[in-house]
Amino acid sequence: MDTDRRSLLKGLAASAALTVIPTEAEARERRTAPKNAVGLLYDTTRCIGCKACVVACKEANGLPPDTTGYGDGLYDAPQALNASTKNIIQLYEEGNEHSYVKKQCMHCIDPGCVGACMLGALQKREYGIVTWDPDLCIGCRYCQMACPFNVPKFEWSKLNPKIVKCELCNHRLAEGKEPACSEVCPRKAVIFGEYHELLAEAHRRLAEHPDLYVPKVYGEHDLGGTQVLYLSHVPFEKLGFRFGTDQPVPETQQTVTHAVYKGFAAPLALYAVLGAVMFRNRKREGSEDAEPPEDNN
Amino acid sequence: MQLTMLPESPRSHSGMSRRDFVRVCTLAAAAVGLPGTAAKAFAAAAAKGKRPSVIWLSFQECTGCTESLLRTSHPALDELIVDLISLDYHEALLAPSGHLAEEARKKAMRENDGKYILVVEGAIPTKDNGIYCKIGGRTALELVKEAADHAGAIIAIGSCASFGGIAAADPNPTGAKGAPQVLEGKTVVTLPGCPANPYIFLGTALQYATYGKLPALDELGRPKFAYGRTVHEHCPRRAHFDAGRFAVQFGDEGHRQGWCLYKLGCKGPQTHASCSVLHFCDVVNAWPIGIGHPCVGCTEQKLAFRVPLHDTVEIDRPVPPDTYPAVYPEHAGISPTATGVAGLVGGALIGAGLVASRKLGTPNGSPTHTESKE
Amino acid sequence: MQPQAQPIGGTLLNRPYKIILALATLGIALIVWRFAAGLGATTALSDGYPWGLWIAFDVVTGTALACGGYAMAILVYVFNKGRYHPLVRPAVLTSALGYSIAGLSVVIDVGRPWYIWRVPLYFWHWNLNSALLEVALCIMSYVFVLWIELSPAFLERWSAAGEGWLARTARKISPWIDKSLVWILALGVLLPTMHQSSLGSLIVLTGPKLNLLWNTAFLPLLFLISCLAMGYAAVVLESALSNTAFGRPMETRLLAKLEQVAAWGMLAFVLLRLADLAWRGQLALALRADHYAVLFWLENLLMLSPFWAAFGRRENPGRLFRGAMFLVLGGALFRFDTYLVAFNPGPGWHYFPSVQEIFVTLGLIALEIAIYIALVRRFPILGALPTRPPVEVDHQEERKWLNAS
Repeated sequence: MDTDRRSLLKGLAASAALTVIPTEAEARERRTAPKNAVGLLYDTTRCIGCKACVVACKEANGLPPDTTGYGDGLYDAPQALNASTKNIIQLYEEGNEHSYVKKQCMHCIDPGCVGACMLGALQKREYGIVTWDPDLCIGCRYCQMACPFNVPKFEWSKLNPKIVKCELCNHRLAEGKEPACSEVCPRKAVIFGEYHELLAEAHRRLAEHPDLYVPKVYGEHDLGGTQVLYLSHVPFEKLGFRFGTDQPVPETQQTVTHAVYKGFAAPLALYAVLGAVMFRNRKREGSEDAEPPEDNN
Repeated sequence: MQLTMLPESPRSHSGMSRRDFVRVCTLAAAAVGLPGTAAKAFAAAAAKGKRPSVIWLSFQECTGCTESLLRTSHPALDELIVDLISLDYHEALLAPSGHLAEEARKKAMRENDGKYILVVEGAIPTKDNGIYCKIGGRTALELVKEAADHAGAIIAIGSCASFGGIAAADPNPTGAKGAPQVLEGKTVVTLPGCPANPYIFLGTALQYATYGKLPALDELGRPKFAYGRTVHEHCPRRAHFDAGRFAVQFGDEGHRQGWCLYKLGCKGPQTHASCSVLHFCDVVNAWPIGIGHPCVGCTEQKLAFRVPLHDTVEIDRPVPPDTYPAVYPEHAGISPTATGVAGLVGGALIGAGLVASRKLGTPNGSPTHTESKE
Repeated sequence: MQPQAQPIGGTLLNRPYKIILALATLGIALIVWRFAAGLGATTALSDGYPWGLWIAFDVVTGTALACGGYAMAILVYVFNKGRYHPLVRPAVLTSALGYSIAGLSVVIDVGRPWYIWRVPLYFWHWNLNSALLEVALCIMSYVFVLWIELSPAFLERWSAAGEGWLARTARKISPWIDKSLVWILALGVLLPTMHQSSLGSLIVLTGPKLNLLWNTAFLPLLFLISCLAMGYAAVVLESALSNTAFGRPMETRLLAKLEQVAAWGMLAFVLLRLADLAWRGQLALALRADHYAVLFWLENLLMLSPFWAAFGRRENPGRLFRGAMFLVLGGALFRFDTYLVAFNPGPGWHYFPSVQEIFVTLGLIALEIAIYIALVRRFPILGALPTRPPVEVDHQEERKWLNAS
């Protein structure tokens, strides 16, 4: 074996290992909620499915009605979150067991959508609210792929499409008001407040009425924690919360990516090795063009 | 005050044509949801002169239940009294008073021992041995117990007789209780409401009178045919509730549009009653929600005169409409045309590739380049 | 004397070419419609499946098929296997076209393409955690690199074409390109290493939505290995097809060797995949009777198919071709499955590409082939042979053959 080939192979192997194999790189730190984080606490035992919050959200956010569902175009009847619906109540019904569930952006503490977005159009901004910046979005929809709750929705029918999702009515927060959904709820099934206070309240309710609830606050640890918390009297999977892992969505991918691209060292090293080898190969020929020499096998 | 429309004494119905009589029976049966055969049964029983005796006792009451009964028209109270039942004692409607009235009651109780229908209107005070309501020198407590012992059926009409009603509202100074609480061990049909809907009374009384049986009752003694559902479950404004349209203040736009009154404190979701179906005074929409005020829950002991009128309540037995969005709604399916096209294209490409490969492999294909030394 | 690459010459607008052009035109018309009517009206994409055929196939699989340039660069310029040199230029052309088409597919697919220029330019907004940013920047750069790598073919032709401004400019630029070619070629190996593995990282972010038969932190490595193997197999396919189409002799021996490399690569892939599956404790998933397991094994079997084609004593070009075809199918199926089958947004969501999406993809492939043919006819890309002088091509025969096929 030629010496240069041997050294090349060593160099390549080292670089390749750095480049693609997830090493025992330092585990990415788990994040906590920002200090002034706000959120929602939704309690299924108090929700009566009146959908006042759905209506209020549409009004507060200037969203058009969704008449494509049932009702021959006469009803604003969204069946799920979509480009004209940032908040929805859905129904779980199985035999005698039933529950309503409110769905909107969970404002994760370590969001998948934020990890995905190339230019940071989606980011946790004030109070930890995940908001979308139209000036930085190219509509690639990677955020939709990444979100475990399928929250970000895309305006498929528009020529200038936006990503549509709940932003905790931050435009109302700026005026000192609370989000429209929590303000209008007649039963205070969904309440707004400081994240840590809401978490404490959720635990207080669990402690006071253990017979009423599934003994867990969904969102406390799930998927790295979310600023929208849930208490329920039926299992959370039935309400459409498919994933019970505590691992934040971006953890694996970013651990791998950081291991490889830390300080851009590995790519630069690989480039140096490649350049050196190619240069040496070429120099051995002593020719000006890029034709390689005859080789031995 | 004597009601001039009433006869001095029960008259025989020989003066009424048989046709009119059957009409009255039919109306009565229809009004309370009994089958058409019941009308015949009523008529047959009445023709035999068997009109059930009714003893109506009034205690801590406002006489509203009687007043509401007076507003019925099919059958009208006079027709009812004259043709279908024998109202042998009623303090508001009886012609005699004083000792004569008491004599009439005792006689009726004696003659119809074990067969008369006892109707109780109003609550019964129990504090201090019940001295806070006395008729003819005897306490209500005594009177009701005595009458109940010899009755064929006991009906407590109105919320006060059913569970104490307004008389029993905090602090309940007289220890007012409903008839079932005082007559422990006895089957008491309760017809709560403030006032009770008179047609429910008519249905119950006529059913007993004709068939000798009481209607099916729930655990509180309420006839299921009338109290089986909550107001919320058959409210005409339910569509607004389901769509999230609420009146928030009296007189606001939503209120004017007739939207749901839940947020104004409607007790409909917890109130078992038939008001939304059977209105009052035979006037359409003469019931609270019909005129734009939230249901006050007058039939429910835990609500009536206890929970503030404009406090919201939880929903008992919530029943979402079928069209309610599900947790995993179905989204657009797969186009069969596209599948077909894809299949064709994919098949064609792979087929072409195989054909090309075969061509390459045959001697008549392109010449292969054999290299001698490598 | 080293035989030089030559333009193939010949009639461009023969019948097969016209068919290809028609398909390409249809694709372009559909692309115009996509921009006029919006994504909702022309695709079957949805909020549950925001990425469909154009990403999973055109970008993810298409770039793997276009890894021929990458694969050959490693073989020829890093491992110094000079005899494969004649295969380099056509491979680089395929890569340049393939990556350009993939880039075009991205422009068609994104919803707000008027901001695409902000991705490379707004560096102060870069989210360095985003795998997609890495893929985007890398692919954008690599497209440039590929065309520069290919530029000697154009410069050769233009330099020799008289005294016009094009010839003079070409002659002026050529030495510069020549001097920096090594560093450009090094980039041409670095960049695909980075973004092909990042295509694996890209889907890893979807985390819990990704089926465990495919979801592993080793996806970047698996994507890299598969793209290299597919690159070699693509060279075999492209070489066999174009040489046959243009009546040139096939370098069967060389191609067999390439396919062997590809085969070993895929073997490593399958072993690594199974080992990873076992290590994660998910082998049982591969033994279930559901469509996931079936596709999993189909991918693996297709990828290993060249083992019966490339290791024979008599290299049969037809078998070689089939082996390479199935390998490429296996690799493509793996990538397609990772992005569209393993990805599960939850009950209620369905996706199958719409007819328009399918024909845009086909049209773009046709466009690629059309440009390929036009370029190899005009520029010295094909035609270099290791030990024989250039073969005289009988254009009459060629035309007859093409008209008959």
